[in-house]
Amino acid sequence: MATALTRKDFVTDQEVRWCPGCGDYAILAQVQKIMPEFGIPRENIVFISGIGCSSRFPYYMNTYGFHTIHGRAPAIATGLKVSRPDLDVWVVTGDGDGLSIGGNHLIHALRRNIDLNILLFNNRIYGLTKGQYSPTSEVGKVTKSSPMGSVDYPFNPITVALGASATFVARTIDVEQKHLGETLKRAHAHRGASFVEILQNCNIFNDGAFNDLSDKAIKADHQLVLEHGKPLIFGKNRDQGIRMNGQRAEVVALGNGVTEKDLVVHDESNLALAFMLANFEPPMPAPVGVFYAVSRPTYDSAMNAQLADAKAKMGPGDVAALLKRGDVWTVH
Amino acid sequence: MALPPEAAGHAVESSGLGGGNAAHKPGVRRDSVVIRFAGDSGDGMQLAGMQFTAESALAGNDIATLPDFPAEIRAPAGTLAGVSGFQLNFSSREVFTAGDEPNVLVAMNPAALKANLDDLPPNGVLIVDREAFNDANLKRAGYTSNPLNDHSLDKYQVFQVDVTKLTTLALHGTGLNNRAVFRCRNLFVLGMLSWLYQRPIESTQRWLEGRFKKTPELLEANLMALKAGYNYGDTTEMFASSYEVPAATIKAGLYRNITGNSATALGFVAAAMSAGRPLFLGSYPITPASDILHELAGFKNFPVYTFQAEDEIAGVASAIGAAFGGAIALTTTSGPGMNLKAEAVGLAVKTELPLVITDVQRAGPSTGMPTKPEQADLLVAMYGRHGESPIPVIAASTPADCFDCAYEAVRLATKYMTPVILLTDNQLANGAEPWLLPDVSKLPDIKVHLATDPNGFMPYRRDTETLARPWAVPGTPGLEHRIGGLSSEDLTGNVSYSPANNELMVRTRARKIAGIAREIPPTEIFGDAQGGDLVVLGWGSTFGSLREAVKQVREKGKSVSHIHVRYLNPLPSDLGDQLRKFKKVLVPELNMGQLSKLVRADYLIDAIGFNKIQGRPFKVSELTTRILRALEG
Repeated sequence: MATALTRKDFVTDQEVRWCPGCGDYAILAQVQKIMPEFGIPRENIVFISGIGCSSRFPYYMNTYGFHTIHGRAPAIATGLKVSRPDLDVWVVTGDGDGLSIGGNHLIHALRRNIDLNILLFNNRIYGLTKGQYSPTSEVGKVTKSSPMGSVDYPFNPITVALGASATFVARTIDVEQKHLGETLKRAHAHRGASFVEILQNCNIFNDGAFNDLSDKAIKADHQLVLEHGKPLIFGKNRDQGIRMNGQRAEVVALGNGVTEKDLVVHDESNLALAFMLANFEPPMPAPVGVFYAVSRPTYDSAMNAQLADAKAKMGPGDVAALLKRGDVWTVH
Repeated sequence: MALPPEAAGHAVESSGLGGGNAAHKPGVRRDSVVIRFAGDSGDGMQLAGMQFTAESALAGNDIATLPDFPAEIRAPAGTLAGVSGFQLNFSSREVFTAGDEPNVLVAMNPAALKANLDDLPPNGVLIVDREAFNDANLKRAGYTSNPLNDHSLDKYQVFQVDVTKLTTLALHGTGLNNRAVFRCRNLFVLGMLSWLYQRPIESTQRWLEGRFKKTPELLEANLMALKAGYNYGDTTEMFASSYEVPAATIKAGLYRNITGNSATALGFVAAAMSAGRPLFLGSYPITPASDILHELAGFKNFPVYTFQAEDEIAGVASAIGAAFGGAIALTTTSGPGMNLKAEAVGLAVKTELPLVITDVQRAGPSTGMPTKPEQADLLVAMYGRHGESPIPVIAASTPADCFDCAYEAVRLATKYMTPVILLTDNQLANGAEPWLLPDVSKLPDIKVHLATDPNGFMPYRRDTETLARPWAVPGTPGLEHRIGGLSSEDLTGNVSYSPANNELMVRTRARKIAGIAREIPPTEIFGDAQGGDLVVLGWGSTFGSLREAVKQVREKGKSVSHIHVRYLNPLPSDLGDQLRKFKKVLVPELNMGQLSKLVRADYLIDAIGFNKIQGRPFKVSELTTRILRALEG
């Protein structure tokens, strides 16, 4: 019996080349920390990435890794997972890689429910190309390529994933190590495409983009931590909640006759609720955690079931017989 | 209006009782016949042509076919845009092409007549459905008077058959509506021609039984139409006699009829099974490559994975992922898709993963003429990527040759750990010929060695002979490693920006591909092996027309030879020397001169181009004329 792996087993000898202070370090550390808990041999784990700062990730994981081309990681991972269902396949992408150049592959991987763990590092900026606005940058953002402010309306990664019929959709934050770890474990446990948006600080080109959610002094008033079956409560003193007013959600203060019973209870299987939460804009709090998680057959298992079925019905492939299929004749 | 003996084919050898089966009136013997079926794209002409081909193959003829259909699935009925054609050459001799021009033209409506009549030589046989020549159809085809009545067809042997009426009568009582009855006309025509050329119709019956297994009423109707057409030929006096095209003298063995796309699919399956690895195809539907996807999708038990991707890029990307995982990985496409895939192919070059990219070429640029053949993607295959990214390129020359080339492409990809491009085209893809089935046990053994030993393992430690890096797939303990598009260090594969290392890696990959020339067989010269006045150099689907043209010119006593290359990158190492044995090198291509550019660049040979970009193959007559002119000039 193999000895249990530790965090160090997942560290490579390669020098990590992200900028000092980058949020990617925290994510890498957490992923390396939780990996041993899965009990999967390193050789059966594959990290696949596209292009961008986040996509350097596989070089630092002592597993199999493939740093591919811009935006195509979900498609490459799909080919691998479909033909090698025995492998534990992770995709690391960013807001530009996953939602701009690779948006098509991302939505189709989610729709097909390929059994992949997809981590989208969202820093709302192009870092590797040195600071252009990204498809998640806010309107009005001044960057090198938008000196008068961006006029480009952003994507919301969570609603993109929900709209693409993803079966597991979650959001977490680079510096929230515990929440990050727990969310990744949930994602890994999910069978099918798991989509995790990780809010990640780019301290060079977009520093403080998520300050409201990461600054210890104020984050509790801005973060709404989603927990299945529990009422939606937030605030430093846990004295605010989300209540339905007709068809719209509103923030209410608990007390003065308002109790937990009046609040919305989170239900991970409720798609409408997930969409509503995903669309919260200030002054509503920003939800983090699992928005949506349902079970649906995966493409890879369905495809492999067809292959097994075909083999059971027709027997293993016989090339000589295949060539002779149909009308044949003999010339003497 | 009886058919004179010389009407239905050239090279009459004898008349009289040339064999045939007892059910037939005496057959008149023909050496070879070229028939073109033409009708509306909804008239089922491709089906009639394919079934006549199958019947002819079973009758022992050598055959070559050329489908010619519009890109529109159903252009407005009766218009020139909607005309679909299928030409078939069946012969008692070896045939190389589907024929320059038909001896027999079947025109199911005025538009089909108008679109094809120019190709029918004087005294050619023209069979028309009389009722289709009504005012509405004549107007749609742009006729101001009915050609059946205005003597404009006097130079042809015209047979006016009431196909629609006779089919309707035959199916009376089946309860089918007019539309369904109308759609059986092609079977009537097929039956009639099957009688006329003494084709056995059993294979068509079997095919119909499979096709309409779930709709017995349609099966019955189609069989009735087929037999009605056959009996019509037999019992009416319209045709003075039937014709016999005796079996060709061809190599003994077991044969089947095969199209290029089917042969390509089978070649890939055979190769993957030889390699002992699963086959994975990532593909996005595109004309004329989609049939490879369709075919492979039926072979799941081998196992074959077919992944219909969201786009061309995902098609190749998924294949790269599967290759990383140890599958025999393929992607299939046509011209426009080649450009979309180019970046990903560059990744496969850099990461040195085995992958076969099949380009079923069609007429471009852009969407071009998607159902017509062309050879204009050679330079894209050679150079259509960023950076220094050499790739082996091979091209199939006949439909059956697609099997061997697909097999060879997989062998090279896995042996040298490289993407390989296989070029076919629309003419090969949908054209058919009899295929002498190979003995599977005698196909080259594709030895795939997956790395398993962690001792000294490095992702870019190369085989000393082939320079291939090891194929180390996930799931193998101790071989965990990372690869990627970034420039990587020799041996370790670690990211490296060292200038000298980058040059070493680029040059090593180039040497690896160039080294494939070691195992390319010596160039075969058809004609004068010692050299002569002129050599015709070709590649791809032009093989048949080039070979036939060279044969014909040689029969005139001229010194002309033919070299047809399969390996386009690297070119055979002896090719330059062979070409230099000839005073002139003529390079006919269905492009603006792409191989001729390579030949000029590589060998400093003053190659003469002969180029056609009409979405049509060369006619043999065009080639013989050009060859004779080159010999004179």
